[in-house]
Amino acid sequence: MSFLDYFISALLLQAGYNSALVAVGAGLLGLSAGSAGAFIFLRKRALVSDAISHATLPGVGLAFMIMVAFGSDGRWLPGLIIGSAISSAIGLILVEWITRKTRLTEDAAIGAVLSVFFGFGIVLLTIIQTMSSGRQAGLENFLLGSTAGMLISEATTIAVAGALAAAFVFLLRRPMTLVAFDPEYAATTGVNVRNIDLAMMGLALIVTVIGLKIVGLILIVALLIIPPVTARFWTNQVGPMIGISALVGGISGYIGAVLSAAEASIPTGPIIVLVAFGFFMISALFSPLRGALASALRHQRFQRRVHRRQGLLALSRREPIYDGLTLRILRRSGMIRRDGVATLRGRTASEKASRDEARWAMARRILPDDSAIERYDGLTPIERMMTSDQIAEIDRMLAEKQGASA
Amino acid sequence: MIDNLMTALGAEFVQLSLTPTLIGILAAVACALPGNFLLLRRQALIGDAISHVVLPGIVAAFLVTGTITAVPMMLGAGAAAIVAVVMIEIVKRLGRVEPGAAMGLVFTTLFAAGVLFLEITDTSSVHIDVQHALLGNLESLIWFDAEGWQSLVDPAALATLPPQLPRLALVLVGIGLFIVLFWKELKISTFDAAFAGAIGIRTGLLSFALVVATAIAAVAAFDAVGSIIVIAMFVCPPASARLMTNQLGRQVGWSVVFATISAILGYVFAGYGPGWFGSPYAVSAAGMIATISGIIMLLACLFGPQRKRVGQQAEA
Repeated sequence: MSFLDYFISALLLQAGYNSALVAVGAGLLGLSAGSAGAFIFLRKRALVSDAISHATLPGVGLAFMIMVAFGSDGRWLPGLIIGSAISSAIGLILVEWITRKTRLTEDAAIGAVLSVFFGFGIVLLTIIQTMSSGRQAGLENFLLGSTAGMLISEATTIAVAGALAAAFVFLLRRPMTLVAFDPEYAATTGVNVRNIDLAMMGLALIVTVIGLKIVGLILIVALLIIPPVTARFWTNQVGPMIGISALVGGISGYIGAVLSAAEASIPTGPIIVLVAFGFFMISALFSPLRGALASALRHQRFQRRVHRRQGLLALSRREPIYDGLTLRILRRSGMIRRDGVATLRGRTASEKASRDEARWAMARRILPDDSAIERYDGLTPIERMMTSDQIAEIDRMLAEKQGASA
Repeated sequence: MIDNLMTALGAEFVQLSLTPTLIGILAAVACALPGNFLLLRRQALIGDAISHVVLPGIVAAFLVTGTITAVPMMLGAGAAAIVAVVMIEIVKRLGRVEPGAAMGLVFTTLFAAGVLFLEITDTSSVHIDVQHALLGNLESLIWFDAEGWQSLVDPAALATLPPQLPRLALVLVGIGLFIVLFWKELKISTFDAAFAGAIGIRTGLLSFALVVATAIAAVAAFDAVGSIIVIAMFVCPPASARLMTNQLGRQVGWSVVFATISAILGYVFAGYGPGWFGSPYAVSAAGMIATISGIIMLLACLFGPQRKRVGQQAEA
């Protein structure tokens, strides 16, 4: 079976029960990571989750050692998850404690906690490697994730925990939105901001510990960050943003797991991250709202409107035009002939432009508080910003003024 | 007593422990120096981001040149660090996202790409792997030809020093010179960027130079000690030093002291510590150095004379 065939059959969950379960588990993990990450991103605390994820390592090591000391083989996933949750909770508390009690800023606290916990975790791993050389613990797989040889019980654990985390996000979505956007207001409405913040980070912690096995602790933070950043390109509203973020995370997890199942040399964690990054790239380039292409087009359209408008005003004042772009735009829209003389259409348009300028000048005098004046960008036709009654009034005043000066 | 010490620090020490200890110290200090300024500029996590992207840089250099010699590796890693900084800036502007999220997005993606390339290309002929990149191999940087302290003046033996040692020494001198020469500019632009701009300091260029210095320190140290200790040394000694004093000069001094202590104690505990508990095996020196720097920082957080914010009430 070729890679593509296998990929397609795995995508359709036809490539065996085990890889189907892994794919579904990774999808659910991505879904919960995407939705939890959206809130953390909006609260501007994306990198706190980096500290949380690196801080899991000592917990994994200690849990393994304790389980071995009690006679089990130490690889029981729920036990390792509990251990990692405890140590990353300690890491999280330390970040908060350092930021609150000392003059150090949060970024320094994050950097210190993540590197020190990770370093200590590595020390524990080297101890484990020597103490049970016969039983290769495979704990290194927690660094970068691995789904090869995953047990069905492990995949089920991950799938169930992922679904639970997603449900938890759904239940807390309102207070978390409130806190993410306006913590002071949230506090006045009786929301306990500190508890909601803790809940948010608790969610990141849950996602991290269940993601250890599939994505690994170094890269799990990507699943919390990339989907919300991607979603932000498509919408300005919270609800849709969380939905899109969850979707991007879910699809990335699913496709990544399938790819890695189809080709054993592809490590699961990195490929999931790169699929998510692919979604980010597509969004950053092509999103109609904030994508690079849309921004460039918008900029170009704006530039053309400015040049057209300035050209028309110059025509009405009978000033010569030197700017190449202005000349080109006017010529192409049939406002001037090749030799630079205004056509009939050009004269009409330029008269309209200069009349509108005069109308605005008058409007600023007689309606100084009108909201249209504040919103005016110098380009929008006056008919679109004022009622015909207002324009008639302005015209009447203009005529009066002309009569007075004549 | 003196005799005991001399035996302890005898030929075996010179051969097995002198160079790793020195390399550890040089790496720690080279990272701690720029770390001071990053910390004060609230860019502590730039070090984190850069040390993650060193791996893809090295892998890219390997894919291009097909060898693992030092110079292309360092160039590749340096290039990757600069690419990462530029990418972070683009993501920040384009997506209008906070710097932390932009940073997290870029460094995880680049790291993932590095790991992926490493796994799918055939690198079995050479010794680069993820494990090595994360942990370094400080323990293996021994001075094989040393026969004792007298080797320090023996040119033949000196020629067989691990190349990381002179390289790191050079990098440390370079970074030290950068900081000494631009001390005034760095200091002013760190504390008051607007004022620095007003008196004609090119702040943009200076922060870029600082990032480059950081990248150079990260790359040189990474090669010897792996990426964890690099992050720990960028953050922990300067952060601990920040809690000791209100003066920049003293802060830099303290950070050098803390970095040196972490490197020495970390190496000693990793090599000899397990023996005190009856275990014949050593533990990861890089991990232990990071741990010690964390313990120093914890002590500074608890007892540092300047640990409070200005105006913060003494709390129970």
